[in-house]
Amino acid sequence: MTLDARLVVRRPGFTLDAALSAAPGEVVALLGPNGAGKTTALRALAGLTDLDDGHVALNGRRLEDTAPEHRRIGVVFQDYLLFPHLSALDNVAFGPRCRGVSRAAARARAAALLDRVGLAEHASRKPRQLSGGQAQRVALARALATEPELLLLDEPLAALDARTRLDTRTHLRGHLSTHPGPTILVTHDPLDAMMLADRLVILEDGRVVQTGDAASVTSAPRTDYVARLVGLNLYRGRAEGTLVQVAADFALTTATPQNGEVFVAFPPAAVALYAARPEGSPRNTWPATVASVARHGDALRIELNGPVAVAADVTPAAAVQLDLAPGRRVWASLKATEASSYPA
Amino acid sequence: MLPLAGLLIRAPWATLPQRLTEPDVLAALRLSLLTATLATGVCLLTGVPLAWLLARTTFVGRRFVRALVTVPLVLPPVVGGVALLLVFGRRGLVGEWLDSAFGITLPFTTTGVVLAEAFVAMPFLVISVEGALRSADARYEEAAATLGAGRWTAFRRVTLPLIAPGVAAGAVLCWARALGEFGATITFAGNFPGRTQTMPLAVYLALERDLDAAIVLSLVLLAVSVAILAGLRDRWLGTT
Repeated sequence: MTLDARLVVRRPGFTLDAALSAAPGEVVALLGPNGAGKTTALRALAGLTDLDDGHVALNGRRLEDTAPEHRRIGVVFQDYLLFPHLSALDNVAFGPRCRGVSRAAARARAAALLDRVGLAEHASRKPRQLSGGQAQRVALARALATEPELLLLDEPLAALDARTRLDTRTHLRGHLSTHPGPTILVTHDPLDAMMLADRLVILEDGRVVQTGDAASVTSAPRTDYVARLVGLNLYRGRAEGTLVQVAADFALTTATPQNGEVFVAFPPAAVALYAARPEGSPRNTWPATVASVARHGDALRIELNGPVAVAADVTPAAAVQLDLAPGRRVWASLKATEASSYPA
Repeated sequence: MLPLAGLLIRAPWATLPQRLTEPDVLAALRLSLLTATLATGVCLLTGVPLAWLLARTTFVGRRFVRALVTVPLVLPPVVGGVALLLVFGRRGLVGEWLDSAFGITLPFTTTGVVLAEAFVAMPFLVISVEGALRSADARYEEAAATLGAGRWTAFRRVTLPLIAPGVAAGAVLCWARALGEFGATITFAGNFPGRTQTMPLAVYLALERDLDAAIVLSLVLLAVSVAILAGLRDRWLGTT
């Protein structure tokens, strides 16, 4: 079961044009900011939104003109959409019943699936009597009950509180690993994406801007959105050797020599702040003005204005010593070895 | 409330049991209940699919059809009756063909009564069901589709249970309207005791001869309406 799709959906003021593929058993996370077109892509795969162009192929079988009920694509919706008038058991049995399985067999299969997701004793409950985490599991069981060739999950954990989210994520991970077909998971949470998916596809403004496994995406972001997501400073510039011109009058020295258009990325913790210009300092030193100070884990995240906008992490002790407050002028420095560059 | 109170005050309570069991009264009551129920059934069978089309699909002239559906709501029922006669009358557009092809004549028959009542009561059902459909989340139907349900299965097993209170409310309103129908019925179906004389017609006729009889018939109509509405309210509407 291999998914190969190019999804083109045109709306006034927005165009989705994304190529997606997934191997059998692979979990692909579609990650992006709100309004990037993630849910539209998922709906297009399921056949709930018509394609304006492109194709959807499962194992070489073209599906774009097939009605959703004949696609064999399981969907876990963001707010689950469990049928409120049916018990958990009948919700799960709904799919097999529609596919012609007898009532008894469908209920037996539903009971087995509910048992697998750990909800055997809640089978007779109505959706409104289930907690968020339980409803999520029923929705997953319902989608799996039809033995779909492709599994789609739309923000499966977004509606859950932090504690339930942790449990459900672990639980979901176990189930996704046993699903033989490909899985596409839509999320705006990088942690969900990295925990659940084998591969990330970053969608921004209807287009795929970056794709790769978690390690490659987090170490080499290619857009401001991804950089913010993984907490890196990111600049684009023109490299000549190790010197990268990132603004008209500002260049950074990086660790590895490159030529042409490159990205430069470095973590906020790699930026050191000084009250006066450091002497015998690393080559990357520039004057900056503190724009904001905010708590960030154990450190303080300092946003700096200057030749380029930079985020720096400093310890609270250092912040007190430097008297960091918005408007304060400081010197920032960055070790060249901490700044990685890669072709744009 | 005052007119209802007036009805109760002026009622000839002493002769009530005897008047109630008169064959004419019972026949009119039976006919009214039968035709109103049949008319509601006709409205359900045609009105629910129509409401679904109006709420869930887009087609050319949908706004026009919706406007058309609500016309009987504002149309004087007598005009509706005349219109029905022009279409289904023995010389009418459809009526002439029905007569020659199948030997079916609708005017001045019990079927005609049902038709007239359904015509007038239909908007109540369609508007109520369409409203319920619009407020029901259409994404449940999409969820059903991804589980392999075709449109009809999704409608029957998911949508219909979700909108059941709306359908019930619409059916009750529709039935009540059909029960009280006068203008279109008397125009299209006439006023033949036992065949087309429903309770409202009987009340009107009695008013010209015997005020007490009219009051008694009105009381029966009032009691039946209140009883059915109250019963259905507890069963269907009370739970929403």
